Amino acid sequence: MHYESELREPLILGDKTYHQITEDICRPIEGKANKWWWIAFTIASAALLWWIISVSYTVGTGLGVWGLNKTVGWAWDITNFVWWVGIGHAGTLISAILLLFRQKWRLSINRSAEAMTIFAVICAASFIVSHMGRPWVAYWPLPLPNQFGSLWVNFNSPLVWDVFAISTYFSVSLVFWYSGLIPDFAAVRDRAKTKASKFWYTILSFGWTGTAKNWQRFEELSLVLAGLSTPLVLSVHSVVSMDFATSVIPGWHTTIFPPYFVAGAIFSGFAMVQTLLIITRKVLNMEDYITIYHIDMMNRIILLTGSIVGVAYLTEFFIAWYSGVEYEQYAFINRATGPYWWAYWSMMTCNVITPQLFWSSKLRTSVFATFIISIFVNIGMWFERFVIIVTSLHRDYVPSSWAMYHPTWVEVGIFIGSLGLFFVPFLLFTRFFPVIAMSELKTIVKSSSSQAKKKGADNHGH
Amino acid sequence: MEKKYWKGVEELKNDAEFVRLKNNEFYEHLPVDEVLGKKAESADSTSRRDFLKFMGFGMAAASLAACEAPVRKAIPYVIKPEEITPGVPNYYASTFSDGHDYSAILIKTREGRPIKIDGNEQSAISKGATSARIQASVLSLYDDARYKGPSIKGETAGWANIDSNIKAKLAEISNAGGQIRILTSTLLSPSTHALINEVATALPGTKHVTYDAVSFSGMRMANQKSFGKADIPTYDLSKARMITSLNCDFLSAWLSPVEHARQYAENRKLFGKKEMSRHYQFESNLSLTGSNADHRTRVRPSQMGAVAVSLYNKIASMAGVQEATKVITPFDDALSAAAKDLWNARGQAVVLCGNNDANMQEVVNAINTLLGAYENIINLDQPSNMRQCIDGQVEELMSEMAGGKINALIIYGANPVYSWPNKSAVEAAIKKVPLVITTSDRPDETSAMAEYVCPSHNFLESWDDAEPVKGHFSLAQPVIKPLFSTRQMQDSLIKWAGLAHEDYYTYLQNRWMSNMYGMQSEVTSAQAFWNSALQNGVFNTGNTERQAIQYNGDINSAASALNGVKSTGVDIVLYEKAGIGNGNQANNPWLQELPDPISRVCWDNYIAMAPSMATSLGLVQGNVVELTANGVTVKGPVLIQPGVAENTVAIAIGYGRTAAGKAAEGLGFNAYPFATYSNGTVHMESLGGSITKTTDDDYLLAATQTHHTMMGRAIVKETNLDAYLKDPKAGNPDVMIETYQGKKLATEVDLWASPKNPGFDKPNHFWGMSIDLNSCTGCGSCVIACQVENNVPVVGKKEIDIAREMHWIRIDRYYTSDMNEEKAKEEGLGKMGMLLEMEKPSDSPEVVFQPVMCQHCNHAPCETVCPVAATTHSSEGLNMMAYNRCVGTRYCANNCPYKVRRFNWWKYSDNDQFDYNMNSDLGKMVLNPDVVVRSRGVMEKCTMCVQRIQYGKLEAKKAGRRPGDGEINTACAQSCPTNAIIFGDYNNSESKLSQLQKDERKYHLLEELNVQPSIYYHTKVRNKIPSSGNA
Repeated sequence: MHYESELREPLILGDKTYHQITEDICRPIEGKANKWWWIAFTIASAALLWWIISVSYTVGTGLGVWGLNKTVGWAWDITNFVWWVGIGHAGTLISAILLLFRQKWRLSINRSAEAMTIFAVICAASFIVSHMGRPWVAYWPLPLPNQFGSLWVNFNSPLVWDVFAISTYFSVSLVFWYSGLIPDFAAVRDRAKTKASKFWYTILSFGWTGTAKNWQRFEELSLVLAGLSTPLVLSVHSVVSMDFATSVIPGWHTTIFPPYFVAGAIFSGFAMVQTLLIITRKVLNMEDYITIYHIDMMNRIILLTGSIVGVAYLTEFFIAWYSGVEYEQYAFINRATGPYWWAYWSMMTCNVITPQLFWSSKLRTSVFATFIISIFVNIGMWFERFVIIVTSLHRDYVPSSWAMYHPTWVEVGIFIGSLGLFFVPFLLFTRFFPVIAMSELKTIVKSSSSQAKKKGADNHGH
Repeated sequence: MEKKYWKGVEELKNDAEFVRLKNNEFYEHLPVDEVLGKKAESADSTSRRDFLKFMGFGMAAASLAACEAPVRKAIPYVIKPEEITPGVPNYYASTFSDGHDYSAILIKTREGRPIKIDGNEQSAISKGATSARIQASVLSLYDDARYKGPSIKGETAGWANIDSNIKAKLAEISNAGGQIRILTSTLLSPSTHALINEVATALPGTKHVTYDAVSFSGMRMANQKSFGKADIPTYDLSKARMITSLNCDFLSAWLSPVEHARQYAENRKLFGKKEMSRHYQFESNLSLTGSNADHRTRVRPSQMGAVAVSLYNKIASMAGVQEATKVITPFDDALSAAAKDLWNARGQAVVLCGNNDANMQEVVNAINTLLGAYENIINLDQPSNMRQCIDGQVEELMSEMAGGKINALIIYGANPVYSWPNKSAVEAAIKKVPLVITTSDRPDETSAMAEYVCPSHNFLESWDDAEPVKGHFSLAQPVIKPLFSTRQMQDSLIKWAGLAHEDYYTYLQNRWMSNMYGMQSEVTSAQAFWNSALQNGVFNTGNTERQAIQYNGDINSAASALNGVKSTGVDIVLYEKAGIGNGNQANNPWLQELPDPISRVCWDNYIAMAPSMATSLGLVQGNVVELTANGVTVKGPVLIQPGVAENTVAIAIGYGRTAAGKAAEGLGFNAYPFATYSNGTVHMESLGGSITKTTDDDYLLAATQTHHTMMGRAIVKETNLDAYLKDPKAGNPDVMIETYQGKKLATEVDLWASPKNPGFDKPNHFWGMSIDLNSCTGCGSCVIACQVENNVPVVGKKEIDIAREMHWIRIDRYYTSDMNEEKAKEEGLGKMGMLLEMEKPSDSPEVVFQPVMCQHCNHAPCETVCPVAATTHSSEGLNMMAYNRCVGTRYCANNCPYKVRRFNWWKYSDNDQFDYNMNSDLGKMVLNPDVVVRSRGVMEKCTMCVQRIQYGKLEAKKAGRRPGDGEINTACAQSCPTNAIIFGDYNNSESKLSQLQKDERKYHLLEELNVQPSIYYHTKVRNKIPSSGNA
């Protein structure tokens, strides 16, 4: 067994036994939902309903109900798409890269983070479909054999690359998440008291019996999927960034975009994980599992990626000046001083300045401060995409076509609604699925829990 | 010998039976008789299997038929008309003449529907050119607002009933010695004039009065005084090396703009030439003509007279003639320069004046006499028949009517209730007339007062002729059966006056076969003459000899009258917009949505004032103000318009219609009340007004362009003539890119193709267009021509405001700014400060125009990004759109550096939200069947009129040859009055396109991107005085 210094922070507090862990994590599934869950679920359902109405209205009437125009062809739609895809990245990073690096603190948070990934990618995909002029032919960008004649997709188009990137990402993430859930489903199945839950969890657990062979395969699969997911963490947002980087529009046509987008994605993803888990641990009484230490670790990643993003912003300005291209220079001057200056400075404040507060360990370990800053980062990263998309488009090469963009209630509705599209499944997840990977978590009870640390200290005391 | 493969044993054996059958169309025996013949019908031959087959088929067919499918009625011809072949257009020569504009035209009809108007190149007047208004007029035929049939007091009535009524009443009035007036807009038709004379004889007491909303009677009066001829001369600006214009918008509004624009452009084009004309403009409003001038000076309307006198004095002193009263204007430098240039170019110099003021026209006549303009440029011996209105006669008619002296009024095309300065006086006067009959083809404010509505045909349903200039005739013929129960005005007159003519058509034909036939000697049979005249559409008797003219005017009294004009308040000047003109086609949504060439605002008029004036009054664009002058008060929105004179506002006429149809009503306000009647003429200005800001909410003005300067970018490349003569590449340096190998031409830096492999092969044709920025005047004719040709939808003011216009071609307009890099350096402004200052246009800027459509890039950024390959490149260099493949991601539009792609945000046809021509069966008749109406959610853009290219290629193929240069033409190029746009084939080295690309002024828009457009531009060259040039 792995030995861990007692000087390291314990990852599980409250001297938990194996049984207690099972009890704690299965409680939300087996018990009744509390008041807070119902309030949250009602709000999320209302938002989802709003999403359904707004999307139906758009599809039924036409994209004219949005505020886009001849100059600004993308705005909230693609901003939201990139934002949601970015958020998903934390889940994959936690489950894949941190697994490969044997970071044990990931075990308390990977399940929820992966769930977040799945639902975030669904939200992102919804924007790909709803932003189309003719969503009923949304399957055309897929390279499907067809009888339309010799029609095939255009493999030069970054949007087709997106199709591959997002669909691969979604399927790998889903399989990874689900395979991790199987032993936990089996545990829930074995404890189930009603016929219905027994029935459903039997199906969900795929006949898991917990034999050594089962566990061996489980571990192998996890490793393989982690290996597959790791490049995805880097590739998916790189491909998304190429929607912009391969274009000719000043402010989009930038080689820094792939690494800058990946850093931004992880940045925003961890911020969203913080937002979600700070609420979840409170509502589901999981403070012993999702500890201040976890929050601190994630804040460090936010600090790192936030700084990378900040450097990228400055690099863009430097390159614009250094390139000597007047269009490029104007695009960046216009970002900071043009009609959308407020969006730019919102982005700078939220993304570059606020995460620097995490240099203070006091703030890093403060639940309240973390929650506030994570919200700021979520907002800032939304503005980052808005700034890139709208301010670059609205004043590009030919000044005669410069125009302003203003959103309509429909676009705002679809965005707010997409939060409902995210939170409804997420809240259902907290009620029906184990929110912490308990089987895996149990593997560190002997090395990293509070009682293990105490025992280690006692041993040393003599 | 070639190897041969046999398809079967039979072929290998090649027996006789096989050889016989091989020649049959169907090799195997077809059981036609067995299935369809007599035998099959007899019951005993139907087997159980057949019965089941028939049953199965019947069931399937019945259930398929039960599925609901939209029923579209297309009724085939039972008997095919001889001249109509479905899919093949017919062209008819005809004439456009609505009392305001004239052009000899060719009407394209498809399956009996007129769908497009092109210019008739055989005309010596319009020479194949048309304006936006003429291009758009085809839609007025399919206007639901037209009168659908005759009515009495609003009650539908039959023609027979109405005729007997009116005939009796008119006879009664005439017999009783009463007065009948026929009030028309300018009628160019000699036959109609002759007919009206016959009516006057048949019904004594009848007089014909001509009323034009925009009148030239000041010029007629001046010419009467100066030369003894109350005529409007014709002008040949192609002979003018030096043009000075005083408030004269001769490229867009004045007299015969289409004709003038073509003449003017002849001396502005620099291909193979080393000289061009110089153009000075002194004006109050920033007009299209002023935008094209080399030197433009802003002059308040109240100062314009003094400017004319001062110009006269300066030229007179050089000519050694007695000067008029001395006058000092603030524009002495500009006037001296103009006078010097004019005098040096005498014989080839002309001064034009747009004011309807007899005194000013007299002074200008004196100047033109001194300059010798009557020798070459101005022709009084071949006068124009446009603008026949004499304001004094209209005024007299008004007072006669008000005095109850007129018993019957027959109106045709004239709308004084709307456009006479004093609307209420006209209304009161017409109310006093017991019998008011209108024969206008559509409702208007004056027709609304008529008891009898006897609507005339649209001009596309009518027979007529025209004599726009003495000796130049043209014919108009109907190209469609009347859509409604209407009757031509001339036929009505024949009926009502009881004339013996069968109908107007016979009358017209007889006149031509006698009178016009007698004017020529080439054709020897009257019938053959009529046929050829009808086919050609035009007939000229040749030019008359010029006679020497003698100026007899009284320059001193004219000058002192002009010097007496003073104004301390806000001066108001009225002008015509390129699209709406005098307002007679206000119900045409195409024209309403045509952006004003200068302000780029659609669907409205406004109170335009210079930025400095707005600042001093504390006004911003859209503020609603009250404007008062001469007892008239009007509320309207403010538009910041650089280039308007100080303390002056400019307002477009033609808006504020109250009875013209749903497209026109509720737009803007009527500015005609600001016109003033004095000294026998209507002046399109009011002096000494005042402006007060109201507390009303800001008014929305929708413009297609909201950024006005070029921001120091080389979008429109420009230079001055002297620099150009020194270096033909002046203003157009090669676009170089820094690389690690040193500077390289932008076209040589390429990610994909090496210079040896320039990309796609274009083995057959390689289409492209050239646009000469020197001859583009910015008139907007191409925009409408494209809209008509390509079924471009109208989207309305609200959508324009959020930048969603659908026009495939736009004319960008840029103002100069006071800020430039040198000035920024001097003032120590940083880059940011400089750019912010550059956004502001000068108070009195220079203006450039640039038509931009899809550039058909050969390295197209749009093509690579489409996920479904809906936009691709043809082997002929066209950037194509497959609408039904488009999924609507709009990535292509985002990635287009020229922003020429247009997205169908809505369903623009059959949608009550867009209640324009594509929302009714009547309006849809104007659609071009060769171009698909796009559905919602797809991208569209200029196709370079691919349907015309296909048609031309097929015609050439049928004739077994290659299409010649000029045989195929795009709608924009065809409609351009100055031929600024040239379409052609790069693979044809003889084509104009290939020739023009050798010119050193050639450049590609945004060449640094190396997207390799198929469209190229030619640098704009102004001819400013060298010392002041290059400023």
